[in-house]
Amino acid sequence: MMLSVAAACRLGSFTLNVSFEFPTPGVVALFGRSGCGKTTVTNIIAGLLRPDSGCVILDDTVLLDSQRRIAVRPELRRIGYVFQDTRLFPHLSVAANLAYAQKRAIGPPYVDVAAVSRMLDLVPMMNRRTHQLSGGERQRVAIGRALLTQPRLLVLDEPLAALDDARREDVLPYLETLRDQLAIPMVYVTHDFAEVLRLATHIVLMESGSVTAMGTVGEMSLNPALRSIIGPDAVGSIIDGVVLGFDPSSNLTRVRVGEGEINVQAGGLAAGTALRVQLLARDVIVSTQLPRHLSVRNSLAGTVTGLHGDDDESDLVTIDIGGAEILSRITKAATRELSLKPGVKAWALVKSVSLRGHAFAARPL
Amino acid sequence: MMWLSPSESDALRLSLDVAARSVGCSLPLAIAFAWLLTRRRFLGRTLLDALVHLPLVLPPVVVGFVLLILFGTRGAIGSWLHRAFGIELVFTRNGAALATAVMTFPLMVRAIRISLENVDRGLEDAARTLGAHAVDRFTTITLPLMLPGILAGTVTAFSAALGEFGAVITFVSNIPGETRTLPLALYTVLQQPGGEHAAARLASLSLVLGLAGLLLSEWLMRSLRHVLGR
Repeated sequence: MMLSVAAACRLGSFTLNVSFEFPTPGVVALFGRSGCGKTTVTNIIAGLLRPDSGCVILDDTVLLDSQRRIAVRPELRRIGYVFQDTRLFPHLSVAANLAYAQKRAIGPPYVDVAAVSRMLDLVPMMNRRTHQLSGGERQRVAIGRALLTQPRLLVLDEPLAALDDARREDVLPYLETLRDQLAIPMVYVTHDFAEVLRLATHIVLMESGSVTAMGTVGEMSLNPALRSIIGPDAVGSIIDGVVLGFDPSSNLTRVRVGEGEINVQAGGLAAGTALRVQLLARDVIVSTQLPRHLSVRNSLAGTVTGLHGDDDESDLVTIDIGGAEILSRITKAATRELSLKPGVKAWALVKSVSLRGHAFAARPL
Repeated sequence: MMWLSPSESDALRLSLDVAARSVGCSLPLAIAFAWLLTRRRFLGRTLLDALVHLPLVLPPVVVGFVLLILFGTRGAIGSWLHRAFGIELVFTRNGAALATAVMTFPLMVRAIRISLENVDRGLEDAARTLGAHAVDRFTTITLPLMLPGILAGTVTAFSAALGEFGAVITFVSNIPGETRTLPLALYTVLQQPGGEHAAARLASLSLVLGLAGLLLSEWLMRSLRHVLGR
């Protein structure tokens, strides 16, 4: 099953020309700087904007095909849309906002008001007016309202952008719950990489109206195009691992990543849990010998597969550990000293304290 | 209304009746015109806009005269209305209501239009993604959010309707009990020698009515804003 989108349109001096697809269910992050056309894409998917030409197909349903003159009206698309500015109806209570969506839902119901309010903790605010809610609460109501249309796809346009960090942390777990419990496909627009890391299975990278790269989060974490947007310090491989077990004596969780194994500071995770681990390139040390007498808890053996100049002083080394690749940023001097080049055997060393895992129950795709 | 003379209370009752008929009939039309002028782009929109606002700048006598030509017994529309439905407008209170409606129409359209312009189109888009079709969106989202403007327009138009003089006297003349509204009654007593006292009473009545209308509108707006959460 698949969502595939292709669209071209001109809006004033802005030109959009995009094409991407990703398997469903999954969470695709439309990622890029402000003004690169992400919202235009979501409006086209939802049908609020008609592109000059284009095609939107969700699973087996054609929602838009300009050549065949098909354009399903937004009210019939069964796409739940969560707007950045929530767009709750100010003249209705929270309960009435939810009921508005539920009454008009078409297609087979899979969530009801009770389930949605339980999942998003909406019960205490049911009788409140929308202007009495905090930013995070408003966004949760908006998500609940979109869900009650029983959508086949949820489109979220920077739902957390208007919130401060603490509020963001209030809402993010709920989005993770939706992804893991309802397995509803999501298109998630954001310019914050932390949200991508937490939620997405796929990334579509956009720049000034076009798609520059796309792939799974793991693939994209190795893509140099990402660096210019997230900055050099956030560059690092993202690996979807599986929890092997917890060692109470060291307080570390053992995680299988590719064919290797690392220790992560995370508690309370059952063996078998999907855990996403980010290994920042700046935190990874490279050795060409099996390291000994070090405090480092994680050493992963592999082969150097790539070497790219990162900036004037440093190189990005890619080490294949079997089934996963790790990025390390080292100085050009170190590259020379260790004679690193593709094919060389190497160990990647990472301190456990610099690793944080994100429980990720969605099927790693 | 014991403190009013029979002729005074007649004029008051007639004024309220004419204003109610006028506002009641023109309100749906005013909403439609406001919507058309705000939301639609079509050929002749500017002309339509000007036509709606014309009564604001024309001498009321001219409006009354045009109504006479169109809706008079031998007028194009008037004769048809008479033949088809037996409706008489000249010299009747319905005629007075028509003249009043035409004169107050621009006030109503203006107020409603401003409130429609302030309705966030994003909310309508949101309703759309929630499955609401066009009529559904209008009645459940747009109309409730326009309510302050509709109310303001109605009250202003009603207050102005109570005082409409020129168009009414030109179109339907000054017939006691049928078309002699408050301002016409006031005009009549002023024509008689020694009518100043009666005129002052009627003028005070108009003043009280106008003030009450404006205060009522202000109060309604405030409570509505509270309901709409602004």
